[in-house]
Amino acid sequence: MPAHDVLIIGAGLAGQRAALAAAETGASVAIMSKVHPVRSHSVAAAGGINAAIAIDDDWTEHAYDTVKGSDFLGDQDAIEIMCSEAPGEAMHLEHIGVTFHRNDKGELDLRAFGGASKKRTAYVADITGQAILHVLYEQLMRHHETVDSFEEWFCTSLIRDDDGHCAGAVARDIRSGTIEVFNAKSVILANGGNGQCYKPTTNALICTGDGIAQAYRAGAPIMDMEMVQYHPTTLAENGFLITEGARGEGAHLLNSEGRRFMEDYAPNKMELASRDVVSRAEQTEINEGRGVGPDGQGIYLDITVVPRKRVLEALREIVNIGRDFAGTDITREPIMIRPGQHYIMGGVRTDVDGQTPIPGLYAAGEVACVSVHGGNRLGANSLLDTLIFGRRSGEHAARRGKELAMPKAPATRASEDAAQIKQIIDRPHDGRRVSEIKDELGATMNEFVAVYRDEDGLKKAGEIVGRLKEQAAEAYVDDRGTVFNQDVLGALEVGYMIDCAEMTIVSAIDRKESRGAQFRLDYPDRHDEEWLKHINVTRSADGEPEISYSPVTITQWEPEVRKY
Amino acid sequence: MAEFTLRLRRYDPESGDAAYWEEHTIDLEPHRSVLEGILQAKNRDDGSIGIRCSCRAAICGSCGVRINGRPDLACHTHLDHAKKHSSDGVIEVEPMGNMPVIKDLIVDMEAVHWKKIRRVTPWLIPKQPVPEREYVVPREAMVDVTQSMACIQCGACVSDCLSMEVDPEFIGPAALAKAYRFVGDPRDDQHFERLQDLAEDPHGIYDCTHCFQCIDACPKGVAPMSQIMRLRRLAGNDFAIEDRNNGERHEAAFVSLVKQYGLLNEAELLPRSYGGDTPLAKFKPSAAAELTSSLPAIAKALLRRKVTPAAVFKPHKLAPADRAEVKRIYETVEGRDERVEFNIYISGRDEDLT
Repeated sequence: MPAHDVLIIGAGLAGQRAALAAAETGASVAIMSKVHPVRSHSVAAAGGINAAIAIDDDWTEHAYDTVKGSDFLGDQDAIEIMCSEAPGEAMHLEHIGVTFHRNDKGELDLRAFGGASKKRTAYVADITGQAILHVLYEQLMRHHETVDSFEEWFCTSLIRDDDGHCAGAVARDIRSGTIEVFNAKSVILANGGNGQCYKPTTNALICTGDGIAQAYRAGAPIMDMEMVQYHPTTLAENGFLITEGARGEGAHLLNSEGRRFMEDYAPNKMELASRDVVSRAEQTEINEGRGVGPDGQGIYLDITVVPRKRVLEALREIVNIGRDFAGTDITREPIMIRPGQHYIMGGVRTDVDGQTPIPGLYAAGEVACVSVHGGNRLGANSLLDTLIFGRRSGEHAARRGKELAMPKAPATRASEDAAQIKQIIDRPHDGRRVSEIKDELGATMNEFVAVYRDEDGLKKAGEIVGRLKEQAAEAYVDDRGTVFNQDVLGALEVGYMIDCAEMTIVSAIDRKESRGAQFRLDYPDRHDEEWLKHINVTRSADGEPEISYSPVTITQWEPEVRKY
Repeated sequence: MAEFTLRLRRYDPESGDAAYWEEHTIDLEPHRSVLEGILQAKNRDDGSIGIRCSCRAAICGSCGVRINGRPDLACHTHLDHAKKHSSDGVIEVEPMGNMPVIKDLIVDMEAVHWKKIRRVTPWLIPKQPVPEREYVVPREAMVDVTQSMACIQCGACVSDCLSMEVDPEFIGPAALAKAYRFVGDPRDDQHFERLQDLAEDPHGIYDCTHCFQCIDACPKGVAPMSQIMRLRRLAGNDFAIEDRNNGERHEAAFVSLVKQYGLLNEAELLPRSYGGDTPLAKFKPSAAAELTSSLPAIAKALLRRKVTPAAVFKPHKLAPADRAEVKRIYETVEGRDERVEFNIYISGRDEDLT
């Protein structure tokens, strides 16, 4: 049985950063991912990473923008840590090789981004996530002797010992089908969000909420799950992401009258208001009949106002996406977009060192909820979140490992998981196909748990998801093999997704106000007296989601009316 | 909606059977991707179809396959386009080449691609001292390396690299493009050492045969071969690295022979590659030794009439007017203050310029 001081599950930015930080302290480290590390969804982050590095900027301004962006639901102690450590982290990335674009003086160039009072987004064209992810992987290759890498291993569950401490995890080698127990003093979950609960989504097919559901099933509280970000510019055709960098470079949003309608909603920041505000504005325009396209369900993003040379240099990837996936040359004509599911603000509740309430279990990145994003994440704060709290988790878990003996990891868990996989493979073909359940789940969430919500819709979604949960327990698969049986892993994933969707729905029903990404048509105002608090969901003894609350940490910014 | 037929290459390593073809009919709009077609077949008909995929938007690099015999990302190829380029109206999808197949469309990238990436010391060796803030470097330099940074490690170029087919040890297009990412990065401290290493390796930069397959294959415009040529220009021209593979001398000979005759003079090429870029090269002992060892190649060239004994003494050449045109090209290119390097992040693609 492999045994390490620190076991990291997920190898995107948070996971790799945690692995590198832990390895630097001399701890024994293993990093595991169901895909090769460079396939992780961090690769799709486009626009950049925020850090107050300009001479006229200060991290407290970044922190205030983030607090305001979160609609005051973010925990300010965590936000202060993230924003004050951001410049150091950006420089660290620069020093290990990230090819950040420069200004004419050769210093890091910064671009404007949504909800920010200053230009503070460092970038590599519009492939920033890819560039950082690949550079971290370069570093992982450099440290190959000290970090054990388990690429294409699928984690099936977390293990707790008799004292309730996290003692490792069970995983299946996708290539061979072998199931193994990984013993560890600490486990860091870094396996991303659950965007696949929605269809369409900008998220990759791998974003199935594995870590959130695994932590939930292990007894950890899951926080802020009602806060689901709809990105203002996703391709109307298929939901692919068009970076906020486009608006950062000056692109306009136009309705069917050809008007920059954001002046009605956010006259100061216009297209660069925070994402929840812009997405709601677009949805309102569409709902009131001012959408574009054959079904009136789109909005125009006009990038032709940005100089062509600049677009080719700094927005190359969306030039490709426009050409290859929408047949549009964005340098010559507007492209049709609409709000689309993009990010899960909620996740496994952690402190500022990534620790969950379960001793030995950490979480970092989209899987976690520190909470630095609160009700709405600012663009270019997610890369920052993954790196800052990935590093802090890695360092803390490594330190913790020095003081502890290796906990006992009962091997029974592995045989239980193996039995479950066998049971899925052996199911008779009289239930539904896993893929059908996934499709219905995505459509349901996108219809009822989207930009605008109300009690009736949410309850309806709850009923459908409840039914899907029963059907998923009997859904069948075709593949009976062991080598790369993606089919059976898909069945496990759909179970994770349904758990996450369930948590989102109960939290959204519970929060009877509108804040950040949660807009309730039946409760359109923000109510600080009653709802300035986090909703936590834990799993009850009979497997049902149970709600409790935790306070929002306020250090220096009292809630105020939010205007852009 | 339209109907398409996919012919998928299936292989189940547990069955003991050989790989086989299997057809699936799918219904999708014509501009949807081949990946979406495969996923429809997988979700609707047969969940055991194996393909790696994740982002669906040509950024994660998972779904490299061969479509109608050519490498590409399945998510990056439209169904109608694929059908048009099929031999019989059926879209043929098979695993990438040059890498062992694990199952169906899934290949072992670790065994080939990643091993080669690790060969080029794929991390920055930073110049010392490390500054407190960022390294101050030219704006253009960072835009320039973005082209090789844009590589998503999908393996499409490795799949169809002809040199690698002949010499499996060839470091290959993806890894060499990765190498350029460091050689072109002004923050790296080991430009010379890296170039020397890659020039001296018999499977290094001079092992590329300039066939353009990788440029065609790359879905991200990285143009690996262009990066390899840049490594050569840096190694040969700027760092004057005279490698033991005669790569630098071979290129120099190529350039000056075409300049002189307007055409390649094959009979002179080998001697000069070994003996140095002068007409007297063939009389040098080093050239003689190499020529002796190259006798089989020379014999083949003679048999196929690529060279004739007469041509050794009376080389073929272009007509004087055409030769003057060729000279003019040389003068224009060599007269520039700086070398112009093609880079889509700087100059755009051809169609961008119109």
